[in-house]
Amino acid sequence: MRTTSKRARGAISVLLALFLSIGVAACGSDDDDDQTTSGEGGGAIVSNPENGKVTLTVGSKNFTEQIVLGEVYAQALEAAGYKVDKRLNLGSETVARQAVKSDQISGYPEYVSTALTSFFEVEPEEVPADATEAYEEAKADFEKEDLTAFPPTPFASANAVGTLKKTAEERDLKTVSDLEGQSEEMTLYGSPECRQRIDCLAGLEELYGLKFKKFVPVDIGLRYTVLDNGQADLSILFTTDPQLSAQADKYVILEDDKEVFPAGNVIWVTTPEVVEEAGPDYEKTIVQVQEGLTLKVMQELGARVELEKEPAAKVAGEYLESAGYTG
Amino acid sequence: MAAGGSGMSTLALPQPVLASIEGAIEFIFTPQSSSVTGGKKVGGLEQVIELTVNQLEVTFLALALALFVALPIGLYLGHRGAGELLAIGLGNAGRAIPELALIAFMAAAIGVGLLNVTIALAVLGIPPILTNAFVGIRQVDRGAVDAARGMGMSEFEILRRVEMPLAVPTLMTGIRGATINILATATIAPLAGVLTLGDFIINRNVYGDDGVLAGAILVALLALVLEFALAGLQRLLTSKGLKLSPA
Repeated sequence: MRTTSKRARGAISVLLALFLSIGVAACGSDDDDDQTTSGEGGGAIVSNPENGKVTLTVGSKNFTEQIVLGEVYAQALEAAGYKVDKRLNLGSETVARQAVKSDQISGYPEYVSTALTSFFEVEPEEVPADATEAYEEAKADFEKEDLTAFPPTPFASANAVGTLKKTAEERDLKTVSDLEGQSEEMTLYGSPECRQRIDCLAGLEELYGLKFKKFVPVDIGLRYTVLDNGQADLSILFTTDPQLSAQADKYVILEDDKEVFPAGNVIWVTTPEVVEEAGPDYEKTIVQVQEGLTLKVMQELGARVELEKEPAAKVAGEYLESAGYTG
Repeated sequence: MAAGGSGMSTLALPQPVLASIEGAIEFIFTPQSSSVTGGKKVGGLEQVIELTVNQLEVTFLALALALFVALPIGLYLGHRGAGELLAIGLGNAGRAIPELALIAFMAAAIGVGLLNVTIALAVLGIPPILTNAFVGIRQVDRGAVDAARGMGMSEFEILRRVEMPLAVPTLMTGIRGATINILATATIAPLAGVLTLGDFIINRNVYGDDGVLAGAILVALLALVLEFALAGLQRLLTSKGLKLSPA
């Protein structure tokens, strides 16, 4: 990997993302080379033969972090004795929510901030900073449309304005507000939908009062490539991105001092019918397995899938083992 | 139609479909509110026109590049009667290249933006133009070519005045296919820095189902318009003699 050029790596990671979105083959974990994540979870998951009667379909959206999460949940539920199907490539949150509502999937991981802003029309600056508070609010809203949600993960994922460390040092950038007076000569890259979202470009313009030289929409798979090849001065990244820990000497994110990008802990969205059918082990397993999912763990799991090209199923399986959930 | 009333009722679209088409049409003409924009409205005629212009711009640029590359090669090889493997084989192989992968691949080398998208879409247009130019010229009656040569025409004149006019229907079929392919695929351009009508289709979170459907309807309409325009051009270019002959 060290000999591969960064450009090729960027392109390959996009190709890989395409493959992953087509579907990841399940894969046994016979690898005892354990270089990640010491176990800090809450003990082994106990298999209950009663659960074998229930088939759960685990969904996720279609980017690396979600696919890894989907695998973690799926394999944990399997360890608890459930029959599990996977649909880890649903497009947007709109598609995923519709899939839960129409019983095509039993549930999927959603960011509590996304749920509030995108489903329930809460302004991003009004999303509670406290994860439990945000979860309670989202859960109450979900219940109005006959959905429910389980408590949030320890880690929170958020959009962030990222740049090369070099650029940040040259321009003395630490917070997003530091861009004032400089953003006019800087090009910002972000996903196509970022352009109009209040928790993205629209918020940077309206709430920070920033104007950029140009905003260019790109596939989110290219968010580091455009920084690497010098096209973008700034790029919208995610706080859980593996590059941020693996290449901390290269990329930095600017602190969102006005809180335009609401942080999102992940909550499991499902229906009361599935909860009823699957019994108490369903929520117990989900909550138990996410105890170990800190920002650091998520960055590491992501790094193995996105940077080291390991299959998500294998990475998730090894994580569950090393954290003591399965064995 | 002939089936009358009963036929109509089985053909009638279910209510939700009608409602969503209504929503899409409203989206095209009037800006709609969106849940993620912080109150700013999206869609409406102004944005539709802007994105349509971009879509046509990148389509024509890519088509021009494809013609510039494929047409001379196709015509030359067809005239020489050589390089069938190149013209047909390469042409067919070219159809199998996934556009999104190509854009991602070129993103590192030349960056995203109009140049990247134009090249990627031109690659899509080259195969049908190349193959049809080759086949079109090859299938021209050899007797006509020999007669032209006997009259003392130069090779270029033969190509220009005998082979090309006779190959117009096949040539134009290739160009029409390339145009529609390029136009339809230009909807992925917002993933590489160029805002086309695909913006409505890709960003369902911003534009909602109405926007997605509106985008699809607009692209389909554009495809029809271009198809009719090119069919008209083909009629103009086709020689009278060819039109009279039983096809």
